[in-house]
Amino acid sequence: MDLKKLVKIPKIYLKEMINSLSKVDKLKKLHFSSGIHFSDTVDALNKKFESYSKANRESSSVWKKVQLSRNEGRPQCRDYIEGIFSDFIELSGDRLTGEDRSVISGLGRLGGKTVAVIGHNKGKNTKERIYYNFGMSIPQGYRKSQRVMKLADKFGFPIVTFIDTPGAYAGLEAEDDGQSAAIAKSIQLMFELKVPVIAVLIGEGGSGGALALAIGNEIAVMENSTYSVISPEACSAILWKDITGVKLAARALKITSMDLARLKVIDRVIKEPIGGSQNDARRMIKIIKRYISDALGRLGKCSIEELKLQRAEKFENMGFFTRKLDNKE
Amino acid sequence: MEKNKCRSCNKNIKLEIFLENLRVCPYCNNHGYINGRDRIDIIVDEGSFVELDRDMGSVDFLKFYDLKTYPDRLKEARNKSGLNEAIITGEAEIEGKGVALGVMDFSFMGGSMGSVVGEKIKNLCDLSIEKNFPLIIFSASGGARMQEGIISLMQMAKTVSSVSRVMERNNLYISVITHPTTGGVSASFSTVADIIIAEPQALFCFAGPRVVKQTMKKKIPKDFGLSERNLLNGQVDMIVNRKQLKENLSKIIRFFGDNHGS
Repeated sequence: MDLKKLVKIPKIYLKEMINSLSKVDKLKKLHFSSGIHFSDTVDALNKKFESYSKANRESSSVWKKVQLSRNEGRPQCRDYIEGIFSDFIELSGDRLTGEDRSVISGLGRLGGKTVAVIGHNKGKNTKERIYYNFGMSIPQGYRKSQRVMKLADKFGFPIVTFIDTPGAYAGLEAEDDGQSAAIAKSIQLMFELKVPVIAVLIGEGGSGGALALAIGNEIAVMENSTYSVISPEACSAILWKDITGVKLAARALKITSMDLARLKVIDRVIKEPIGGSQNDARRMIKIIKRYISDALGRLGKCSIEELKLQRAEKFENMGFFTRKLDNKE
Repeated sequence: MEKNKCRSCNKNIKLEIFLENLRVCPYCNNHGYINGRDRIDIIVDEGSFVELDRDMGSVDFLKFYDLKTYPDRLKEARNKSGLNEAIITGEAEIEGKGVALGVMDFSFMGGSMGSVVGEKIKNLCDLSIEKNFPLIIFSASGGARMQEGIISLMQMAKTVSSVSRVMERNNLYISVITHPTTGGVSASFSTVADIIIAEPQALFCFAGPRVVKQTMKKKIPKDFGLSERNLLNGQVDMIVNRKQLKENLSKIIRFFGDNHGS
C-alpha cells in the first residue's frame, strides 16, 4: 500500500493502520520463505482503509453541518418570536425558586389565536451569551416552561417550542436543585397536555435539555439543525478516549436532519435558504411562520384524546431491536 | 470475578462475609455492585419470578463504530454479564403480593439505555396495567446508550410515557435508585415515580461529578450526587439499606390497597 494514501484516514486510526501494515510486511517476508497465504490479510487491510477514508470524507461534511447548527448568525428563538407572533408578552419565573433566562416563555398571537411560546435562547455575542447562559438551562428554566405549559393547557392555547441548546447546564447548584427531576417532569407533563404541541429544532438539539421541550405532536427540524443524545465532543472523549474523534463521533451519532428523518424521529425537515438560515434570516422566519400556521391548522382538528394518544404512540413506538436474539452467532 | 474490596473505604472484606452481607461493606455500609439476578433473588419471594422478554436483544441499526463495533461491544457485554441486555423484567411476588419488576444491571454496557431497555420497560408497564400490579424499577445506569444515537435519547421519552400510563391508572410506581443512576435514566423514568427509594451512597445525578467539576472549574463537595445529599435536597423519599429493602417495599405496597397486586 502506498503510504501517502494514509493522509486520507482519520488521524486517530493511523496507529492501528500502521501496525496492520507492518504485520502484513512481516507476513510478506514469511510468505517467501514458508508459503503462507497472505492475500486475505491484504484484502482486509484494504477494506479497512476504504472504510476509514470514507468515514473521514463523510465526517468532514457532517462536521460542517454541526458548525452551521451552532452558527451565531442564525435566527434564534427571540427572532422567531418577534417575527412570527404579534403582541408577545413574556412570562418569567418558575414560582418556586427562581428565573432562568436561558428559556424564554410567554404568550403571543398568531392567525387571530393565542399561542404559548417557549424556547431556548443562546444569545449572539459574548454579552448576550452570558445573559442567556449559552442556552443551557437550569431546573428553574424547565419548571418555568412547565408552569407556562400548564397555563396554556388550562386555557386551551396551543404550544410552540423552539429548541436550541447545547444541553442542560451541568452545574453543582443545578444538580442540587434537581436537574434530573426537572427534565423528567417536563417530558412527563408534555405527554399529559390536552393542547396541540409543535416543536421546532432551530439550531442545536442537545440531549435531555432539548428533549425536555420536544415532546411534540409535530416535530420539525431545520435543514441545518442537529439533534443528538450527546455532543460530538463528549462522545469522542468517552468512546474514542480523545477529542480528535469529534468529527467521527458527529458522523457516527447520525445527528443531521436527513438522518433524523430517516430514523423517523422527526416529522418534517424544513429547508433553509442557500448556505444556511444565517444568510437570509427574514426569509427563514417567514418559512417557519408558514409552517407553524399550517401545523396549527392541521392539529386544530384533532380531539384532546387524539392529541395525547398521538404523542404517546409516536414515542412509544421508537426503537429498533430483535425479539429473538441468536446468541450462537 | 468476585471483587471484595470496598470501593469506598478500600478495606478488604472476607468474601463470605461480603456475600452474606449482600455485598454491603460491614465497615462503612457502602453498597457494592450486585448483579441483576442476585438482586431479584433478595427482593422477591423464592421461585416467584417469571421473566418477560428474556430473548430480546439490541441490533446495530446505525452501524456504529468507534474504536470497536457496536456488535462487538454487545457480544463482550453479553459474555461479561451473562445477560442479553441491561435490564431484566418480569412479574414476581413480594411477600405474597404481585408486582411488575424491572432490574437494571450496570455490568451490561454500564446499564446504558437503548431500544431494548426502552421496549422492555414499555412491556413491563403494559403488564403492570393488565394485571393491576404495582410497578417497581431498580435503576443502575450511566445514561443513554450512545451507540444507538438519537434513538437512545428517544427512549427517555418512551419510558416516561409508559410509566405515566401506569400512574394514570392509579397503579403505584416505585423507583429504586442504586449506584450509579445518571444521565438519561436519572432524567427520565426513574425520577417521575410516586415514591423514590435510594440505596445508601448511590450516585444519583444528571451530569456526573467529572463533568460538573469541569464546568464549575473548582472542587465539588465530596458527597456530590450521593443519596444522602439528594435526601437533603428533597430529591428522594428515603434511603433504605439493601437488607431492609424487601421489607420496606412490601410495607409500601400494602399501603396502597388490597386490590393492588392481590
